[in-house]
Amino acid sequence: MAIDTGTREPARVSGGEGADGHLEELRVDPIGLMQRVRDECGDVGLFRLADRDVVLLSGAEANEFFFRSREEILDQAEAYPFMTPVFGEGVVFDASPERRREMLHNQALRDKFMRGHAATIASEVEAMVAAWADEGEIDLLEWFAELTMYTSSACLIGKRFRDQLDERFASLFHDLEQGTDAIAYVDPYADIESFHRRDAARAELVSLIQGIMEGRAGAPPAPEDERDLVDVLMSVKNPDGSDRFLPDEVTGMFISMMFAGHHTTSGTAAWTLIELLKHRDVMDRVDDELGELYADGAEVSYQALRAMPLLESSIKEALRLHPPLILLLRVAKEELEVEGVAIHAGQMVAASPSVSNRLPEDFPEPDAFRPDRYLEPLEEDRLNPWTWIPFGAGRHRCVGQAFAMMQLKAIFSMLLLDWEFELAQAPDTYRNDHSKMVVQLQQPCVVRYRRRAVARSHHGS
Amino acid sequence: MRIVVDRDLCQGHGVCESEAPDVFEVGKDHQVVVLDASPPQDQRAVVEAAVRFCPTHALSIADD
Repeated sequence: MAIDTGTREPARVSGGEGADGHLEELRVDPIGLMQRVRDECGDVGLFRLADRDVVLLSGAEANEFFFRSREEILDQAEAYPFMTPVFGEGVVFDASPERRREMLHNQALRDKFMRGHAATIASEVEAMVAAWADEGEIDLLEWFAELTMYTSSACLIGKRFRDQLDERFASLFHDLEQGTDAIAYVDPYADIESFHRRDAARAELVSLIQGIMEGRAGAPPAPEDERDLVDVLMSVKNPDGSDRFLPDEVTGMFISMMFAGHHTTSGTAAWTLIELLKHRDVMDRVDDELGELYADGAEVSYQALRAMPLLESSIKEALRLHPPLILLLRVAKEELEVEGVAIHAGQMVAASPSVSNRLPEDFPEPDAFRPDRYLEPLEEDRLNPWTWIPFGAGRHRCVGQAFAMMQLKAIFSMLLLDWEFELAQAPDTYRNDHSKMVVQLQQPCVVRYRRRAVARSHHGS
Repeated sequence: MRIVVDRDLCQGHGVCESEAPDVFEVGKDHQVVVLDASPPQDQRAVVEAAVRFCPTHALSIADD
């Protein structure tokens, strides 16, 4: 059915002849699939995900359409069925747009809270490296996942809650993240191992949080200035005096608040370190930059909020090459048209940071790690607001971007001032695992650390 | 100097308010309020900083 004279149907990418279309390829080599859509079909192309069409957009013009579209036109709520069992029914993606916006746009992310968060993050790094010997090895996936679990819980929910967590929480969270197989597009509760582990992990998180809530209910209240989000939620009562928020809902809220910022920040920290270790010339310049910035005794909590051009550019470049989210999805709510191509109501519409971030027309030498592309006068991120999209763009742009950048600057200040690192594996063996919708570093992913002869930090806590 | 806000992009992070408190305010509804749409020249440096550091690139300056 043509909606308009002159519009045509999108070209369909090769492959995917079976009943589930391109689902299997999406589970094995999603970036290869999406790049082929662009190569074969151009800015607007189509692949099949189980019984649904996915119209994949790329390039500045099509991406701008995608990112500017309102919720009523391109809906996010139905697009991520694999998240519903993770968050739990009634949380975030099942909630109304206003409620979702309110929850996602957590007050804790406002600019005025950033300095306090930077101090919190610095002390979390300090606590983790306190367990290190003078030299040794760390697994990047596990180490950064644990660190960012502590930082995000401390900053978003509160120090009091964070202090009741240990590595068990990070490990359960990992099972949630691994429970995002694209098979969810056929059946979010399919009988597969990773979904069973996901459901067991969520149940265990609920009982962990229930235990924390019960412990507090029976204890004297915390002083006003130490109260965290758990205390706040527990203080909300129904008209009949019963608790408004039960452990299951509190757990769902916490998972939804922490999920978006966890694997993303953790992975970006790992990739920034890997890329810097692969490009020693850049690492030396970052080292010099940090040495100068902290030479006068500045504290990390102060400096992490200020410009660090080369470290920031290195983080941006790691994000461009290894975006934590490789596929952004919506569902079309009405008949649409992009660049003369028809999109029908009910079809899924997608944009891909992995593809867009490496468009050679926007990012010369697209596969090279070149942080200088963000420095003046090039500023390729500002120049390409619709294709430099590690954080998305427009209405649904990552609300945690400023927090994430600050966090990464604080983490690397702490790590690089006092420690030296080197790769413990062949450089090309550090890879992402794309078998789940949540992309994670593939193990093994080990680096070596060694304490610097002279510590350069002045975090003084 | 005239300040232009792209409402499709503003998410109310409040960076502009930190940079130029006399010109921008971000309310509880997470949308920027421009207190002075044509601020005096002595505000130019802080307004430019607000435009530059806006995390969603929602602000621009029109000179007309």
